[in-house]
Amino acid sequence: MKYIDDFRDPATARALVARIRSDAGDAPVRLMEVCGTHTVAIARGGIRPLLSGAVTMLSGPGCPVCVTPDGYIDAAIALGRERNALLASFGDMLRVPGKSSSLEKEKGAGLEVRVVYSPLDAVTLAAATPDREVVFLGVGFETTAPAIGGAIKTASVRGVRNFSVLASVRTIPEAMGVLAADPEVRIEGFLCPAHVSVVIGTDAYRPIARRYGIPCVVAGFEPLDILMGISMLLRQKKVGVARVENEYSRVATPAGNRKAQDLIRDVFAPCDTGWRGIGVIPGSGLRIADRYASFDAEKKFGHPVVYAPSVSACRCGDVLKGKILPVDCPLFGKACVPEEPYGPCMVSSEGSCAAYYRYGAR
Amino acid sequence: MHDKILLSHGEGGKRTRDLIAKVIARYFDNPVLSPLFDSGLLGRIEGEIAFTTDGYVVTPPFFPGGDIGRLAVCGTVNDLAVCGARAVAISCGLILEEGLPTEILERALAAMRDAAREAGVTIACGDTKVVERGKGDGIFITTAGLGVAVDGWRPAPPEIRPGDRIVLTGTMGDHQVAVLIARQNLAISAPVLSDVAPLSDLLLPLLPRFAGKVRFMRDPTRGGVGVTLNEMASAANARFVLDEGRLPVRESVRGVCEILGFDPLYLANEGKAVLIVAGDAAEAIVAALREHPYGREAAIVGEVREGGAGVRMRTLAGGVRAVDYPVGDQLPRIC
Repeated sequence: MKYIDDFRDPATARALVARIRSDAGDAPVRLMEVCGTHTVAIARGGIRPLLSGAVTMLSGPGCPVCVTPDGYIDAAIALGRERNALLASFGDMLRVPGKSSSLEKEKGAGLEVRVVYSPLDAVTLAAATPDREVVFLGVGFETTAPAIGGAIKTASVRGVRNFSVLASVRTIPEAMGVLAADPEVRIEGFLCPAHVSVVIGTDAYRPIARRYGIPCVVAGFEPLDILMGISMLLRQKKVGVARVENEYSRVATPAGNRKAQDLIRDVFAPCDTGWRGIGVIPGSGLRIADRYASFDAEKKFGHPVVYAPSVSACRCGDVLKGKILPVDCPLFGKACVPEEPYGPCMVSSEGSCAAYYRYGAR
Repeated sequence: MHDKILLSHGEGGKRTRDLIAKVIARYFDNPVLSPLFDSGLLGRIEGEIAFTTDGYVVTPPFFPGGDIGRLAVCGTVNDLAVCGARAVAISCGLILEEGLPTEILERALAAMRDAAREAGVTIACGDTKVVERGKGDGIFITTAGLGVAVDGWRPAPPEIRPGDRIVLTGTMGDHQVAVLIARQNLAISAPVLSDVAPLSDLLLPLLPRFAGKVRFMRDPTRGGVGVTLNEMASAANARFVLDEGRLPVRESVRGVCEILGFDPLYLANEGKAVLIVAGDAAEAIVAALREHPYGREAAIVGEVREGGAGVRMRTLAGGVRAVDYPVGDQLPRIC
């Protein structure tokens, strides 16, 4: 733990804040932290108010629960209700509202939903209950994809036929591209995810830096990582360059984790997919590859997830795109609170609305 | 005696009598309970009476550093102690699941006896029910506790004022992490012991010694220090500001929290107390706490400030953020 303390040192934090303030211009620099874990770390560290006036941190779409369309929840509930499937899910998904209900509410009404800590636990569950179909709700980004892929391969090798995955896997760089091109968002720098970058490699952001002229810095999740990353973005802006830099070089490499990438390529295939609040982004999804089709719950049960933009006063979409801050949504903290969430950004522990609500000085 | 609990052990007949006389009363051998009357007769008690109740459903019932029996006694003793009362008598309600190995029951009873001895409290009465297999989780214990308050002391949230200090008697999260690891479904191991302990000897001597200086005490069990402080701040209508760098957390607990994404602020403790004390006595109170084995790592962790009710934290990064109630964590039963 002494190692972690090095990344939480108060004196170094003060020095970095001073440097960020002196490098910032007159108007606050608009930076986006792409990843939900960064959003939470920034809120928990009280970093946003520390930089107010110098830097505006916009929260990006990097919370897997938040960008999962409500049609996905509806499909999961239908598999449980109509096909008598035993649903296995990460705990975060339970309170996410679908069109008319949530897994938590359905669970209260008798739907069987088990919370698991890893996709492999769902395979174990399936092996232990051979007379029930176990559907794992495979939601995540590039960080979770290898674990979901590993579970599918394990089920395949062990011949666990009553296991399948309702996949909702998305890739980050494509979403960053859409936001970079959006003139309304006006991003001047991307604080790129730590764990995703460990898998895909820091080179994955080069096209964004090159094409849109936006500086990218991969940063770790500790307070000093974040402050250092922000400082590096400001330095790039100051000297007028836009490239990919790596603050998280202790773990992330330019090429990333080849083994994990191979696993993703083996089990998944790229597809177009819908992001809640943002819309369909071409090539931003990973569907289960045809050779593993028997583990694809959508195909196995002929029950495709339908993406349809939802119509409500909830402005999660604009929050996910960085167009507004959570506090600017008319529902925030009133009709929409963590106990009774209206939109997914208030549900997930990584959601930006939840982070603002929980850690913001109201 | 049978090696497993049967439904007939709870039906009131000879087997119930056997269970009580040959097993339970053997562990709880004291002049109040041993006659096995329908009530324990405690005699005349002087002073203000404090009265509390609690239920214990922890799974697994045995975990590193403690078990459901020790938990049941300590939890009750501590609820009284933070109200300034020394526990005098505790009841023991047992809800046993058909098929429970008698040996498990005996281990829990022995732990209750030992914890009661340590806290100087009498297990004065009891009740035993047996539920069908599948309708319980091995063993549940309910207690009521009766205590006598230290003369002249009462919890006084309205007296909390800016400049008061927030004192924590030791490290956060030990109990919950020990129980989580004991559940063995997390595929991690760490040398963490539950902190479950009776706090009356740690806390009660402070009250006459620092008269007028201890305003309010709570034991941060379920929901941890974070939730307890929020409740205390609401009760006192005061603003608490914590110092992230001063919150004591054991290295091993921190390690587990880093891996699993838990915040030690919200993890349960069973042998800790939070005290709001006068600023001018805080250092001396911490020094006194540290003299006791259960208070070795006591620390001032924050202060009371001007402003509306609520809890804030000065972070290591130098910022300030809110410390709120957590919502709907998917955590197993831990007490």
